[in-house]
Amino acid sequence: MTKMALFLGCIVPNRYPGIEKATDLCLERLGIDCIELEDASCCPAPGVFRSFDKATWLTIAARNISLAEKLDRDILTICNGCYGSLNEANAQLKEQPQLRKKVNEHLRKIGFEFRGQIRIRHIIEFLSEEPGPEQIREMVTNPLSLRVAVHYGCHMIKPSEHRIIDSVERPHFFDELVEATGAESVDYADKNECCGAGGGVRSGLHEKSLEMAGYKLSIIDEAGIDCIVDACPFCHMQFDSGQAELNDLKGTEYRIPVLHYTQLLGLAFGYTPQDLGIDLNITVDENLTHLWS
Amino acid sequence: MDSELEEILKNENIDVLKCMQCGVCSASCPSGRHMTLNVRKLVRRASNKEFDFDEDDLWMCTTCYTCQERCPRKIRIADAILAIRSKAVSEGFIKSQHRDVARMLIETGHAVPINQENIDKREKLGLGRLPATVASRDQALDDVKKLLVSCGFDMLVENDSNE
Ligand code: SF4
Ligand code: SF4
Repeated sequence: MTKMALFLGCIVPNRYPGIEKATDLCLERLGIDCIELEDASCCPAPGVFRSFDKATWLTIAARNISLAEKLDRDILTICNGCYGSLNEANAQLKEQPQLRKKVNEHLRKIGFEFRGQIRIRHIIEFLSEEPGPEQIREMVTNPLSLRVAVHYGCHMIKPSEHRIIDSVERPHFFDELVEATGAESVDYADKNECCGAGGGVRSGLHEKSLEMAGYKLSIIDEAGIDCIVDACPFCHMQFDSGQAELNDLKGTEYRIPVLHYTQLLGLAFGYTPQDLGIDLNITVDENLTHLWS
Repeated sequence: MDSELEEILKNENIDVLKCMQCGVCSASCPSGRHMTLNVRKLVRRASNKEFDFDEDDLWMCTTCYTCQERCPRKIRIADAILAIRSKAVSEGFIKSQHRDVARMLIETGHAVPINQENIDKREKLGLGRLPATVASRDQALDDVKKLLVSCGFDMLVENDSNE
């Protein structure tokens, strides 16, 4: 199995540390050789920083990538934004020598070099490939009987260039991993639609961004599910904190638990919602957290 | 669109002139459904060289990439929007909220830095008080700051069209 270095990003360690904990527990249980990528910074986030200045975006991303190159490990991301940013930067720097030269001139000032030797993986794509859903199913000790709304999030699958995915319009690799826990992935309308947070919209046009989240939440709520499962802390924040904001702003009454895939898998491995920080969400549903305690 | 933007798009290998105005992009656009963004028209304005860089529309795109995946002419639409944005930013058109996020990166190396509430959550979970990122590594943060200066990012962020 490939040796990995876990890239934390910003939102996981600084807003949803439960996802960090759940990831540690799951990787350990799965026997994956993964260490933390120490000294890393913001990926940097594609919305604002790639929009602002390509050279800065590439250079900061290249520093993060070369941290892992020094360890001779591929980067494992648990966020669609980090994945999109690092994967795209990695591909561009591998393919375009001119760009790499420019970036390396900056990196030289801190004694770093981008060499183009590693791959960037998203945990969902990684778990689908190695160990794969069948092996995960066999390792599950507490099969879950939950109805789940899977949210892929845009940058796990798009742009399809430089990504390994089964289908852009109807992907199913994430659903298969969710179903490996025993849960049922429930189909719903506009499943692949954006949560509304990306591209700097959540910070720049906050209310409009919430409206977009509200559209998805309303459909998901009608689908009669127990929780949303995502694999991106930014989508996660948008749904978890967003529904509380919408309830205040628009008088809706959403109480939909939002879990990162590693938290769902952690439950299926017998950990409690408290072990996995599910009870530290903004929206806490006693029914779900008490199922295990 | 001035020649500089034409140059930027050309460097990125994006040819907006291939657009046949079919509207597949705008019909696929979630931001178009919830906001006033009309991405088909945005591509037309870009190819007609009549772009106002202070347009709010430019910042309504969530970069979901649906339009780009579906465009029958394979125009890299979302990448074009990112390139046009950077041109707008270089002219000082920066939303104050985005400037705040950029300043966070310059100060802390994280777009979303740690706070007390989450230090408490980390401790409750048995994680290190601070993550093993630039948040707890002075040398690493210093390196990131050096790179940001080397790229001129600090200057770019403080550039303001209103001044
Ligand atoms: S989908 Fe492509 S060709 Fe059609 S209007 Fe949009 S940019 Fe033009
Ligand atoms: S990438 Fe932007 S313009 Fe294209 S469909 Fe998504 S939100 Fe609309």
